[in-house]
Formats: sequence, C-alpha cells, structure tokens
Amino acid sequence: MTYTQIGIMSIVIAALLDMYVLRTRLVQRKAFWYSYLIIFFFQLISNGVLTGLGIVQYDGAAIIGETSPTNRAPTFIGHGRLCFAPVEDLMFGFSLILLTMSLWVFWGRRGVQRTPMAGPPRPEVHKMLRYKP
Amino acid sequence: MQHATYMFVLLGCIIGSGWLEFILRTRVYRRVIRLSLSVLPVVVIYVLWDAYAIARGHWTFDSRFITNIDVVLNVPLDEVAFFVVIPICAILTLEGVRSSRPQWLIGDEES
Repeated sequence: MTYTQIGIMSIVIAALLDMYVLRTRLVQRKAFWYSYLIIFFFQLISNGVLTGLGIVQYDGAAIIGETSPTNRAPTFIGHGRLCFAPVEDLMFGFSLILLTMSLWVFWGRRGVQRTPMAGPPRPEVHKMLRYKP
Repeated sequence: MQHATYMFVLLGCIIGSGWLEFILRTRVYRRVIRLSLSVLPVVVIYVLWDAYAIARGHWTFDSRFITNIDVVLNVPLDEVAFFVVIPICAILTLEGVRSSRPQWLIGDEES
C-alpha cells in the first residue's frame, strides 16, 4: 500500500475506534476539534522543520506529491504538500492524535487516574483566556 | 551536534507544550499511569507502521540529522521518541482546552 492509502485507512480506523470500540465519541466533541486546530498549527511548524530541512524525505511513488529533492527544500505549498510536508502527514497526524486522545479519555472513564482533573488555569491568565470560573 | 537535529525538534515540542502543565494546570505528567496506558499502544502501532513504511521505502531519514541508533525493525530512536512526544503534546493540548473551557465535555467527567 502507498502512504496515501495507509493514511486514509488510519483515519477511518481511528474514527471507528473512537466512535464504536472505545466509545469516546471525540469526533463529535467541540473540545476535540478545538484541540486539533491548535495541534494542526503546531504540526505545520514542527513537521515543516523535519521536511523542510530534509531530515525526513519521501518517495514520490508512495505519496500524491513528488519525491523529496536531495539538494534543496521541497515545494512549500502545492504538489501535494503543505509547509514542505506531504499532505499524507496530516492524515498520519490526525489519526495519531485522535487515537491517543481516545485512549486517554477511555482510561479516564474507566477510572484510571480520572483525577486530579485539569484546571483551573492560573489566575494570571484568566483574562487572556476569557476564562469564566 | 547535527545528529541531534531531529531530537531538538522534539525537545522544542516538549518545551512548547510543557508550560501548559504549570500555567493551565493540566495535570497530565502527574497522571503517569493513565498517560503510559494511552501512549504505549500508540507507540507500538505507529512504530509498526513506521517499520513497514521504512521497509517499503515510503520515507527515509538523512543520517546527518538523526542519532542513527536503531531501536527495532530499522526504526530509528528519533522516530520512537516522536511517537512518545507527540501523543503527550496532544493530551496536554486536550487537557489545556478542558482547563480553559470546562463546559466543553470530553467524556470522562463524573456523571
């Protein structure tokens, strides 16, 4: 299978686990999507470093885009890439964090260190976060 | 030092998300059993995916920028560390959002 195929498959499996096996239903929760948006932004940066510097290089036969060039950075946006990284990395990242969060909530619900719960934020940042106790 | 480049990116991720534990009081590192039970299955699954992708040549690593320590099935230490660090960052983010917006339930609240 190609990276594209495995990437899509990983999203389907992670979503099925979240919905029907672990029954955490994170994909239906605002907190999950808000968290994902934050992670998405930071993934573009950290993954952009890994791929932009050529630390990780990809074979064009496995991805939508082209093989990573050896003597320069890959395309920044376009040709199946976003911030140097193949779009497949976004599929990979999505399933990785959905599965992780789903397991985290699953164990919490089973009573494994459900407490101490998170929060509240330190008072100094309440205003910045528009946090209402 | 160049061989630590990949690891430095991961260090950046740990530092970049670590403040959530103190400022938003996420209490993730304090719940190390739950954290381990959540992260370890992910490490196993994604290391296997990584090993398959490396064997098939989907991706390769520039040996100048990684530690060149193979952990298992030709998967470098840097990648194994990635599969530990990124899930921790993800959980910190989720708990940071919960801390800031406790009204957005994530499913493990007391019923």
